[in-house]
Amino acid sequence: MSTAPSSGIPLTTINEPYVAEDIDRGTFLVNRRAFVDPNVLSTERDVIFDKCWLYLGHESELVGKGEFLTRKVGGRELIFVRGQDNEARAFFNTCPHRGAMVCREKQGNGKMFRCFYHAWTFDLTGKLIQRPEGERYSEAAQAGMHNLVPVARLEQYRGLYFVNFDADAVDLVTYLAGATEYIDLTIDQSEVAMEIVGGMQEYGFQANWKLLAENSFDSYHGLPTHSTYFDYVQAAGGQLGESLGMNSQPRDLGNGHAVIEYSAPWGRPIAKPVAAWGNEGAAECAEILKRLEERFGKERAERIAYNNFNMVVFPNFVINNIMAITFRTFFPEAPDKQHVKAWTLAPTDESAAMRERRLYNFLEFLGPGGFATPDDCEALRLCQLGYQNLSAAGWNDISKGMGQDPVISNDEEQMRVFWREWDRRIAGAVA
Amino acid sequence: MSLSVNRIDVEDFLYAEAALLDAWQLNEWLELFEEGAAYWVPPAGSNDEVTPDTTLFYVADDWFRLTERVKRLGKKNAHVEFPKSRCRHLVSNVRIVAGDDDSFEVASNFVTYRSKGGITETYLGHHRYQLKVNDGSIRITHKTSFLDTDNINEQGKVSIII
Repeated sequence: MSTAPSSGIPLTTINEPYVAEDIDRGTFLVNRRAFVDPNVLSTERDVIFDKCWLYLGHESELVGKGEFLTRKVGGRELIFVRGQDNEARAFFNTCPHRGAMVCREKQGNGKMFRCFYHAWTFDLTGKLIQRPEGERYSEAAQAGMHNLVPVARLEQYRGLYFVNFDADAVDLVTYLAGATEYIDLTIDQSEVAMEIVGGMQEYGFQANWKLLAENSFDSYHGLPTHSTYFDYVQAAGGQLGESLGMNSQPRDLGNGHAVIEYSAPWGRPIAKPVAAWGNEGAAECAEILKRLEERFGKERAERIAYNNFNMVVFPNFVINNIMAITFRTFFPEAPDKQHVKAWTLAPTDESAAMRERRLYNFLEFLGPGGFATPDDCEALRLCQLGYQNLSAAGWNDISKGMGQDPVISNDEEQMRVFWREWDRRIAGAVA
Repeated sequence: MSLSVNRIDVEDFLYAEAALLDAWQLNEWLELFEEGAAYWVPPAGSNDEVTPDTTLFYVADDWFRLTERVKRLGKKNAHVEFPKSRCRHLVSNVRIVAGDDDSFEVASNFVTYRSKGGITETYLGHHRYQLKVNDGSIRITHKTSFLDTDNINEQGKVSIII
């Protein structure tokens, strides 16, 4: 038996219903215990984070042979490295000898990894190539476990690398299902390649990880939560223009992934200029749009240029392709605490002026010092605090748009897609 | 170095700045800046040479955005700072590094505490200021707050002026 958490919240039994959907009545409720119960988190680690494909990094982070980075993913410390054979590999960052983390740098370039504790040394394929006094080991110990342990599965789609700790998992492309269409819309912005710009942001939320999954594609909260952002862009002048592009319904992309695709008044550094960018910006966008049309035809070119989307790849990888592109992933440290990693992505072949507009756009809305994200941080913290009342007020309402025709992106269908998959996996754990 | 102010003058100036920030008197704080000034907070753990042209900062405000940041923080709808957190800005190790009255550089260390809802967050690091003397008063032309931690996992955001 586990002990009760310090908040005094009684533990639930694992077969309690967490998601209650009633299609006839048009209601969709989520049990608030799903956000606070340590048993739920423990089950999530087993049946979600140990079974699903998790985003590790982008190909542009390991450009040359011998480049490596270390990163915590799904509760594991990993080494992500490009070998002398140009192959990308992922290893658990632990020495097979006594377990010390072998690589202590955030990133770098080298020909080998050496554990400083007893100087066991490994090449970039993970193979043990040297250990002091190696002749003192028996034949069995010589032959035994002495290489770095690779992550069970490492696969990439269009330069996005994911890991899976389950050797029996379906392949990445099958898992991504309809999400590949939106990865394509992102990567096709460049004729050459996309790259991570300016490193990684690491921050945290005092809130359950699923709250950030919901928030990442929740357009219903945009106006009330982020009114000060809209005040700012109004004041800036020329930062808002016509909302070009199509509003679509929230889309279920399969396997728990979902997206909202919509038009918005802000400028997009991929071919949707606003007045503040001047004639130069407009001309540059026109040129980009022309090239997109030559490559993809008018319809797809305009979709790439004008349409915004927010996508959550189950369980925890977000692409928000809005006034800038952000990749975001987040992992629970506790039921009420998560760590976030975020990046921005840009075409390698864009002009310096467009790059500047992109980064300016990013910082005014996104990131821990932006005009919007800190207020999300506060909203999620308050949700988490509110769940202390769950014995009296026990359910979240995610019903918006049920039974409506059409369902729109300001509704909550995309979150219902997430929760149905979450529930399927959690309920399956005890079936 | 030809300066009409000395380290004690600069310390008095930085302590006065800290007092304004502690009191959330942000409009008065903004008056310490020259028009056209900039305020930067690079990502935690950055070196002093980092620039927002190539690195994704937390804050890279030009003058317009800095004035808008101050306006935003004055609104009830800046939800993260309503009700206002309690802050305490500690400044030390003040050194005049280089320059003359027209532009001189000051280094200092800081610990800033932000307390709200029973949780106290600590921001620690060092500031770099570009200052100038204008009509006998010190004015800021550029302030950068370097956070000397690996990340801001615990603080989560930079919702105050550090």
